[in-house]
Amino acid sequence: MRWLDKLRVRNEMLFRRRRAADQLDDELRFHVEQQVAENIAAGMGVEEARHAALRAFGNPAALRDQARETWSWSSIESLLRDARIAARTLGRSPGFALTAVGIIALGIGANVALFTVVRSVLLKPLPFRDPARLIMVYEHVNDKEHTGFHAYLPVAAGSFGEWKKAVGSGVAELALVSPWQNYNVSAEGGKLPERVDAGMCSWNFFGTLGVAPALGRGFTAVDNKPDAEATVILTSTFWKRRYSNDPAVIGRKVWLDAKPYTIIGVLPSWFTYSSAFGGNTIQIWTPVAHEAPPSLMQTFDDHEFLAVARLAPGVTQSTLISQLDTVQKRIKANHPGAAVREGVIGRPLLDDVVEDYKTPLYTLLAATGCVLFIACLNVASLLVARTAARSKEMAIRAALGGGRLRLLRERMMESLLLSVAGGATGLLLAWGAVEWLIHTRQDMNRIEAIHIDSVVIAFTVGAIVLCALFSGLISAMGSDGRRILAALQESSRTHSGGQSRAVLRKAMLVVEVGITVVLLVGAGLLLKSYQRLRMTDLGIPVDNVLTMHVSLPDARYKDDTKRVAFFEQLIEGVRALPGLKSAGLVSTAPGQGWGGDEVVSVVEHPPQPKGVGLDLMNRGVDPGYFSAIGIPLVKGRAFAANERLDRANVVVISQAAAKLCFPDGEDPIGRHIKIGTTGKTYEIVGVVGDVRWLISQPPNPTMYIPLYGNDYSHATVVVHSDRDVEGLALPIEKLIGGLDSDLPVSNVITLRETIGRSTADSQFSSVLVLAFAVIALVLAAAGLYGVLAYLITQRTTEIGIRIALGSGRDQVMGLMLTDGLRPALYGLVVGLGASALVTRLLESMLYETKALDAWVFAAVSLLLLAVAAVACLLPSWRASRVDPMQALKAE
Amino acid sequence: MGKPSDLVQGTLDLLILKTLSTEARHGWAIAKRIQQISGEVLQVQQGSLYPALHRLEQQGWIKAKWGESETGRQAKFYSLTAAGRAQLEKETASWERLSGAINLIVQEG
Repeated sequence: MRWLDKLRVRNEMLFRRRRAADQLDDELRFHVEQQVAENIAAGMGVEEARHAALRAFGNPAALRDQARETWSWSSIESLLRDARIAARTLGRSPGFALTAVGIIALGIGANVALFTVVRSVLLKPLPFRDPARLIMVYEHVNDKEHTGFHAYLPVAAGSFGEWKKAVGSGVAELALVSPWQNYNVSAEGGKLPERVDAGMCSWNFFGTLGVAPALGRGFTAVDNKPDAEATVILTSTFWKRRYSNDPAVIGRKVWLDAKPYTIIGVLPSWFTYSSAFGGNTIQIWTPVAHEAPPSLMQTFDDHEFLAVARLAPGVTQSTLISQLDTVQKRIKANHPGAAVREGVIGRPLLDDVVEDYKTPLYTLLAATGCVLFIACLNVASLLVARTAARSKEMAIRAALGGGRLRLLRERMMESLLLSVAGGATGLLLAWGAVEWLIHTRQDMNRIEAIHIDSVVIAFTVGAIVLCALFSGLISAMGSDGRRILAALQESSRTHSGGQSRAVLRKAMLVVEVGITVVLLVGAGLLLKSYQRLRMTDLGIPVDNVLTMHVSLPDARYKDDTKRVAFFEQLIEGVRALPGLKSAGLVSTAPGQGWGGDEVVSVVEHPPQPKGVGLDLMNRGVDPGYFSAIGIPLVKGRAFAANERLDRANVVVISQAAAKLCFPDGEDPIGRHIKIGTTGKTYEIVGVVGDVRWLISQPPNPTMYIPLYGNDYSHATVVVHSDRDVEGLALPIEKLIGGLDSDLPVSNVITLRETIGRSTADSQFSSVLVLAFAVIALVLAAAGLYGVLAYLITQRTTEIGIRIALGSGRDQVMGLMLTDGLRPALYGLVVGLGASALVTRLLESMLYETKALDAWVFAAVSLLLLAVAAVACLLPSWRASRVDPMQALKAE
Repeated sequence: MGKPSDLVQGTLDLLILKTLSTEARHGWAIAKRIQQISGEVLQVQQGSLYPALHRLEQQGWIKAKWGESETGRQAKFYSLTAAGRAQLEKETASWERLSGAINLIVQEG
């Protein structure tokens, strides 16, 4: 029953503490009364008896405290008391408290937001069953060009088939996926036609990931055959959007590319497939062997797929990769084509999905870490200044017997209160920041996984405690309780007050300025890189250019004649529209992606050794394309109007392609190019300027063949206008609707927007790092100002004496200025040194910018010195205005 | 005259429990009782007594009840709980073992 007694006592101590305290007083009073009574009985006088009793009793306050200390909850009680005292002290200087809370809120908020993103995107396991066993398998070429990102090359279905045969399910389950497909969804039931991103996959793909459809069934081996009935699985978003969550959709037909498909399943709403090659925009899934032509499923040199593997228990990634590598080497030996790759490489699925975000996100996290550190230093610096101001009070308390630990605890309580308030505000800030990020970065893989959860809350608490300990301890270090006498003496003469504390604050400033310099340099480099990226020449004018994409379904456009007729009608109609300067057709517009490549050979040249070939990007264009979009014709001519259908065997190559194919400077005009996969030969009729396929990538050697013919079934309309080109979108869409009402138009976007999208990453990180650097700069400037202002107040008497003895006011100002600028200079040197080491880590994020860019380093140095000078100018000027009489009288 | 430090460390709890084993007493009476029984050798200082009483109460060895003292004033009377009685036996046994051992050493030779 002891626990019951204890519980009762605890309960009483918690809820009836005041009464317990009264009772304690009464109990002690009773004791004294008894003693008095006894003394009187022993013959003392009343007064004497009372005094003797009290003497024997000792200090009643101390006794009461000792008894109370044995009570339960007493540690919490004293904590609360400290908190009350600290809150009251802070309340007396609300300016200081608000500043400190604001600084900490910024620091903690930024950190929590970035931690949330890093944890959700980079660290949290993928939401699949046993995700650590999932890896992505790629083909690989072992040379200098194919390193880093370019080491991971898509897979040919033929190779995949061989891999699967060689590796049993005892080693790994292999699944094939092609996440970059599209379908035209037909207009039906009053809905508009639309073009959706789609994925093709082997029937075991969802099983391999460990995902079961939320509705209906998954694919089976039967569905994944060329002659099977056409089937499709919908993602949850598509199902919600197009079928408003109707469960009866299973078994119904949907028309894709003008052919009927049976809907057999709907995926769970949490499911998103993403990879280094995209996938997170996929809306519908189809079985690959039913969709792709059988020849594509057999070939070793057309790389249209990705491979996912689930390792069997006990099998490591390297075991599987080395087995597959052996198979691939055998394939290369048997089929020595130029486009057949010689090796296999793999990485965990999670790495594959988030590899691109690692450097930027960790960079940002490091930047926010620096900001928090500076924030802590600033708050510590503010606390040190307060301690200095309260040094007399502290000394008196210590002299009267206030325990050192007790005083320290009070100081810590102050910084804890500030940190808790700052952290709570920071959490709100972080929540806002995360919402903003989710809104602005929809393109990011795993953006759907970002949530503030319990781990994030725990991180916030950790950050708060760390912040409190750090700033509290630093400020406590500044006040040395053993020097009570010194402090009390110092209070009588103020001439060289608090020098030691100033040394500490100056050291903190050096660190602060150093970190600020690192942040500024990082921001400068990223910004310069972003600027370079934005200023990169795509190869054509990009203002007032609009593009939109159409794709003709094979089912209704069965042969080239029909397709060419459509394209010619389309471009004629577009060119007739008012307000338009020029228009052209191209399979994939500049800056809008890879768009396909072919390995070719020059017919007139001696055959290349086996396994070697010339890789050219491949574009289909209409005869007016080059002049319409502004690609300069360097040599020869563009296509003629009659070079179409069976006469479409002419080719125009880019300058880079000319250099690649004719390295000796021989005239390409009149030579012939043979495409490896189709075996077709084309006569070179012209050479044109280079354009980029992606703004951040150098121009690839490219060949252009007539779009009219050559089996092209899709085209991008490129429209150039003098002004307000967006206004042309609707008329063109109407025109297309008039030609074929069931044809969706997709990717309606200007070239400017295209570039904006592909530079969003760079913009995002450079702007954010810049923001953090600016915050750091402001904090550092505030720190410089604060320390110098404090020092000058301490030295007012000295300055007064100097001026009274004839020192010039300029001289005084100069003296103070150098004193204040010294930590900034040291910090600058430290910061530049650290930057030189650290910016190397940024290299992968930089575009045409060196990590040790002299211009950026110089600019940062100048900026920092200027800001530091401004921060020090005001207090120095004030020092020079000191009235010597006043200063000396104040003593 | 014995000072509190003369009390062997940790024996105050034992003395208090023992004193309370016969009847409920208030603090003053406990101190007096210890003083009397020990023939004025042991004097318990208030500075140790009240913290000890409160600690024992928090631990559930003793419980307190307000009652009327001999002089008719309200006073806090402490009494042993069942757990306190068990604790007393334990502490007594351990004290006997300890003092026996010390005796053996002191009386040797």
